[in-house]
Amino acid sequence: MKPFQLSRNAFGRLVLTADDGRIYENIVPARAFPISAPEAGLALIDEEGHERAWIDSLATLETALGSEIRTLIETVLAEREFVPAILRLRHVSTFATPSTWQVNTDRGETSFVLKGEEDIRLLSASSLLITDRDGVQYRIPDIAALDKHSRRLLDRFL
Amino acid sequence: MTPRHRDTRATVTPAPSISVPAAWQAWALSFLSPDEKILAWVAIDLDARLRFAQELVVVTDRRLLGCALGNNASLEGEPTCREWARRDGQRLSHDDHAGVGTLELLDGNGRLHHWRYTLAQDAAVLRLVQAFGRRQEEPSPESENGAALCPVCGTPLTADDDGCPNCAADGTAPPPSTWILFRLWRFAKPYKGSLLLGFILMLTSTAAGLVAPYLIMPLTDDVLVPAEKGVPVDIGLVALYLGGLLASALLAWGLGWGKTYILALVSERIGADLRTASFEHLMHLSLEYFGGKRTGDLMARISSETDRICLFLSLHLLDFATDVLMITMTAAVLFWINPWLALVTLLPLPFIAWMIHQVRDRLRTGFEKIGRAWSEVTNVLADTIPGIRVVKAFAQEGRETKRFQEANRHNLVANDRVNRLWSLFSPTVSLLTEIGLLVVWMFGIWQVSQSNISTGMLLSALAYIGRFYTRLDSMSRIVSVTQKAAAGAKRIFDILDHVSNVPEPVQPVPLPTVRGQIEMRNVVFRYGNRTVLRGVDLAVAPGEMIGLVGHSGSGKSTLVNLICRFYDAAEGAVLLDGIDIRTLAISDYRRHIGLVLQEPFLFFGTIAENIAYGRPGATREEIVAAARAAHAHEFILRLPHGYDSLVGERGQGLSGGERQRISIARALLIDPKILILDEATSSVDTETEKEIQKALDNLVRGRTTIAIAHRLSTLRKADRLVVMDRGQIVEEGTHDVLIARRGAYFRLYEAQARQVDTEFALAEPWGNTISTTDRSPK
Ligand SMILES: Nc1ncnc2c1ncn2[C@@H]1O[C@H](COP(=O)(O)OP(=O)(O)OP(=O)(O)O)[C@@H](O)[C@H]1O
Ligand SMILES: [Mg+2]
Repeated sequence: MKPFQLSRNAFGRLVLTADDGRIYENIVPARAFPISAPEAGLALIDEEGHERAWIDSLATLETALGSEIRTLIETVLAEREFVPAILRLRHVSTFATPSTWQVNTDRGETSFVLKGEEDIRLLSASSLLITDRDGVQYRIPDIAALDKHSRRLLDRFL
Repeated sequence: MTPRHRDTRATVTPAPSISVPAAWQAWALSFLSPDEKILAWVAIDLDARLRFAQELVVVTDRRLLGCALGNNASLEGEPTCREWARRDGQRLSHDDHAGVGTLELLDGNGRLHHWRYTLAQDAAVLRLVQAFGRRQEEPSPESENGAALCPVCGTPLTADDDGCPNCAADGTAPPPSTWILFRLWRFAKPYKGSLLLGFILMLTSTAAGLVAPYLIMPLTDDVLVPAEKGVPVDIGLVALYLGGLLASALLAWGLGWGKTYILALVSERIGADLRTASFEHLMHLSLEYFGGKRTGDLMARISSETDRICLFLSLHLLDFATDVLMITMTAAVLFWINPWLALVTLLPLPFIAWMIHQVRDRLRTGFEKIGRAWSEVTNVLADTIPGIRVVKAFAQEGRETKRFQEANRHNLVANDRVNRLWSLFSPTVSLLTEIGLLVVWMFGIWQVSQSNISTGMLLSALAYIGRFYTRLDSMSRIVSVTQKAAAGAKRIFDILDHVSNVPEPVQPVPLPTVRGQIEMRNVVFRYGNRTVLRGVDLAVAPGEMIGLVGHSGSGKSTLVNLICRFYDAAEGAVLLDGIDIRTLAISDYRRHIGLVLQEPFLFFGTIAENIAYGRPGATREEIVAAARAAHAHEFILRLPHGYDSLVGERGQGLSGGERQRISIARALLIDPKILILDEATSSVDTETEKEIQKALDNLVRGRTTIAIAHRLSTLRKADRLVVMDRGQIVEEGTHDVLIARRGAYFRLYEAQARQVDTEFALAEPWGNTISTTDRSPK
């Protein structure tokens, strides 16, 4: 991995200084496999959408460039990533779609509209990704870990 | 939708104060100064740590306020507020990524504050940003061109809209149940007469069937029992009774035949109507719907689900109705013969009813699952068969077979689950009826021994009871098919109830003549949560030719999709001759648009039919003229069947360039005022491109044209070039002006010139100077 420096400017944006001394503003980190291998590959993308640095994994980044830079990237990622995990389905308005779901998530209680059954994507046999009408994604990491009531409601859509 | 209340206190000012949500009203009264005007507000739904929370951000004429509530669930407690007095140099900016928006308050030195929200609030945020940016004296956008704006999302409303098309209510449909089958009445209504006739026939044939067991009574008591006692048999009486038996059987047969025939005929028609109606509805749904659905799923719904419903209507519903009739009539006769016997007979009924109630919902959900599993099977087919070349090229036949097997296994599992339940149900009903019969025998023998009833009466009653129980048995079986049909009906009505995202206006504005002036005003569009167009402003004069260029993925095809109204803009508007295209009847509008795509699609049919696709009434001369102008005439003549050659699926194969020229002819024939060419000349060699280019020059003359091309040389005829980059228009002007500016276009041009050079150096042109993939949605 080529060394680089990363900092945050007054606008809250990441600034990358490459090892050749070039400076790129408004850098965003992007995971290559956010679902299947979130820790595996990460790219730092500039405003134009060009890749400016590639990070094999956060662990190797830490050993190579120190823990500060890792914390910074993780903070920025945490600010960008919003995929609440559904912990409980409290109520669904109807078993036909569109249907309004009231759920408890790891980020608090909310409700959303499910547009169609095809917006529920099976990630593996036991985990799901649900996209609501406004494009917000919710995940269910482990169906078996839900309580019985939630599982029964969910089962009607699968 | 909350109507926008006017603040009554405010006098007529250009920017009236608007009221905040009800829950915040008390706060607003106490917190704001009496003469402070609220210009816009948005209920932010996330906090800085991206947890669901409540915060109200308000723009007033003097400050920006952000008030968060401690408790996120209810609107109780004192809000904590932060405020920023309005100063020059401040600005609000908003952006979104993966469904979450960020609203930032910036000044020259940096970021003062930021808020996060889900895209559900996006339209409100946009209004807030606009209100903040607008100088106070300017009027609010209440009516930009006389049209009212939706108070929730800012979409312009037409006078006849009673709701905003953008934020129509969701999730209010009634829960699916067996009752959904009654919605099929809409399709049965046209056949009322035949249905009534069938019903009368059913009634009479059922009644005729009930005569036979009744005759057992006099036959036993008047003939058999006396004969046993040595009384000579009355031949006349026997003939009368037996004749009666035969006559009733014949009558039941005749009537039953009529009934079955009529009702089967009707149900088949209802099924066909249902299928056509779903297909017709499907055709009018927006591209977004098709983008989200899988082809196999739609195919399964329209073909096999309608078939199930049809089968249900023609066979099972009929049986069921007969059974119900039979059971009530039998019960009535039984009561008439002996009420006590009848009561004993009805004993198993509550148990069966209870069982039906238990299994009904589970069966229906089971069948819904089977339907989905079946769709998955069709999906694999619809995926693999058109892609068979890729499958074979990569030698992945085995993998596709596995995929199919997997889908099939799912189907099996879903079926097994229902069968497990069902296999228990039927025998249990039989067992209950057997037990019931046993009880009736015991009760009957006791009654006969008490001389309360005669033997004939008991035998006749038993004959009725036998029928009663058989019917009960078969009637309980209908539970399964009913639930199957209900599940099917649900999946059909899923399609039928879907309102197109590109709604047809209730009272379309008439469009007599079209000049062809196109205008896009601050158009924002996103696919799902990906913003693809970010505030596009573009005006095209009548007859002008615009060349649209930009990197792959910059949103060129998307822009064209919006002009064609395949999608509606999330914000902003597209106008034709100054009229919002959402207020025009869709087919009226599209009639004026000729579209040539990179991957032209030919339907199964002759070449002539394909050329005349947009105007089926065209004469042969017109078709030939269009083909000539499209430089397709000659190659068509070289085909053995000329214009009558079959193309499309399984038909005569045509090369990419040939297909393209047919689609140009197709666009030419409808003589559109607006012409849209989306990479109409990629994927062909230079020679053919010249041919096509000549064809296009014919086409472009006198029409408003928007041409997308990667080969910039294709656009030399364009009056103006528009350069797009990441969803925005970055440059506009003629070739020379843009080259002189040395901006984005210059770089594109340079890169291409270089590539052309290397191509010459390699002497091995790749056909495309810049390889592209068209990502227009399916
Ligand atoms: N149906 C769709 N669903 C989701 N995203 C889409 C869809 N169609 C296009 N996109 C995305 O929208 C962006 C713009 O696509 P568009 O097809 O308009 O690009 P384009 O400028 O025509 O590119 P090209 O020159 O390659 O044809 C791309 O990033 C693409 O990934
Ligand atoms: Mg394109």
